[in-house]
Amino acid sequence: MSIRGGEVARSPAPAVLRLHDLTLRFGGVTALAGLSMEVRRGELLALIGPNGAGKTSVLNCVSGLYRAQEGTITLAGSGGANRALHRLPPHRIAALGVARTFQNIELFKHMTVLENLMLGRHVHMRGGVLSGGLYLGRQRRREIEHRRLVEEVIDFMNLEPLRSAEVGNLAYGNQRLVEMARALALDPAILLLDEPTAGMNAEEKESMARFILDVHEERGITVVVIDHDIDVIMDISDRVVVLDFGRKIAEGTPDEVRSDPAVIDAYLGHARGEAAVGAGA
Amino acid sequence: MDVFLQLTVSGLCTGMIYALAAAGFVVIYKASDVINFAQGDLLLFGTYLIFFAVAQTGLPWSVGVLVTLLLAVAVALVIERLVLRPLIGEPIISMIMVTIGLSSILRAAVNAIWGPQPRSFPSFLPSGDVALGPVILSADRLLSIPIALGVLAALWLFFRHTRDGIAMRAIADDQQAALSMGISIPRVFGIAWGLAAASAAIGGIMLGNIVGVSPNVASIGLRVFPVVILGGLDSIRGAVIGGAIIGLLEVYTGGYVGRGLSLVVPYVVLVLVLMVRPYGLFGREIIERV
Repeated sequence: MSIRGGEVARSPAPAVLRLHDLTLRFGGVTALAGLSMEVRRGELLALIGPNGAGKTSVLNCVSGLYRAQEGTITLAGSGGANRALHRLPPHRIAALGVARTFQNIELFKHMTVLENLMLGRHVHMRGGVLSGGLYLGRQRRREIEHRRLVEEVIDFMNLEPLRSAEVGNLAYGNQRLVEMARALALDPAILLLDEPTAGMNAEEKESMARFILDVHEERGITVVVIDHDIDVIMDISDRVVVLDFGRKIAEGTPDEVRSDPAVIDAYLGHARGEAAVGAGA
Repeated sequence: MDVFLQLTVSGLCTGMIYALAAAGFVVIYKASDVINFAQGDLLLFGTYLIFFAVAQTGLPWSVGVLVTLLLAVAVALVIERLVLRPLIGEPIISMIMVTIGLSSILRAAVNAIWGPQPRSFPSFLPSGDVALGPVILSADRLLSIPIALGVLAALWLFFRHTRDGIAMRAIADDQQAALSMGISIPRVFGIAWGLAAASAAIGGIMLGNIVGVSPNVASIGLRVFPVVILGGLDSIRGAVIGGAIIGLLEVYTGGYVGRGLSLVVPYVVLVLVLMVRPYGLFGREIIERV
């Protein structure tokens, strides 16, 4: 009887992104050493680990900015077809619905918030050099549709007051929000967030965490998030993968990971041990 | 006064041809931050392509112009594919240096194919004199103003309103972000080189008609640098206004001072601008916070 109900309900969702035996080296430095992990459809997965553990390298490999020397990355497409991301250039990966933000905020600084978000629609826009120039008929209707979707994202992220501001002039915290909004405008299947709360104060962190949760819950987007603020990340994530020296050393629910001795060892250091982890719990 | 007006119109005509060549330079710089030292040679190549199409092949001029544009774009795409694309991701300086090499190769290719002697070209633009009040100028020179402005307006619209034009601005602004938005860098670079070659070819066609077909066209192509330094490396508007100013200065000095000095004036301007306002009249002012 115990197999019924709960067990079935908790059986894991199918993997939407699968990294298999991924190895990435820079000269003599091994950033990822045969890393295998998966991201399940609809989950909010946290990727944590000490500095230099390879967290950002994972995101860069998935989004195609780095090319791993060995291993595979597979994305389960909507129609059940698997796509090998490790062979695709970055722009093709984005077109498959993988959107991301960057640790050091990468925005089009000389454009407005609205223009930045419209660029998020790039993969959905058609038209070559010539037809795009004719702002007529079908092209015009599509443009209006893109505009509507972008306005919806602006609304969702509470960016109305900033919509025509040039992005380079915005406050740091707002730039982070714009970057996330732009990723959302792409209408992604998976959203990769690289330290979305870095450099924020407590209040901004909390509101960013709120946005991440909303994105995940209201929009049903699979989210992978890297962050150094363990308290925030443990609070919002469904599952946690812990990296150290380019290897996965643990994975599980936040609670499981918190009490994992390997994690305590690697992540928080021997000496501080249990007490430090307990503080977060 | 009549002399002044005459010189002004003539200077504007010259300036608009400079602007055509400079606009191609700006397109490449905007998309990739690459300073294209071969831009003047694309102009030269355009001149010889129209010579090939109209004088050697005997095509009617309208078809010849079309063939010239297609060939110019094709050559640019081959250059982009074979020479520049492998350098994507390498330091910008490598790409800039490779354009210096390209410049020599293009010039040598023209020399090898068509020889160093000036060739006679059957001008197809109307060459009769047109009187605008007190100003008398040949029609082919005057035509350079509407043609250049038309091309430049098209480029300006391209950057403002088309998917690829906007993608080009995005890449110039932040390459990583552009990649993560699904913008294809090879595609955009290819389009940039195609457009640069096309606008240079139009300039080359004008020059073939006005000054004739000879390797000297390359030295006119060299005026691209004073023009873009003055106008700002990344501004189409700057190319137009910079072209006009350089053209006018050249013609005024030629008319009032002497022919010798007029050849030097553009480069004096280049040096002065670099000293006083290195980003030019309309260029993006880059302030590095260190």
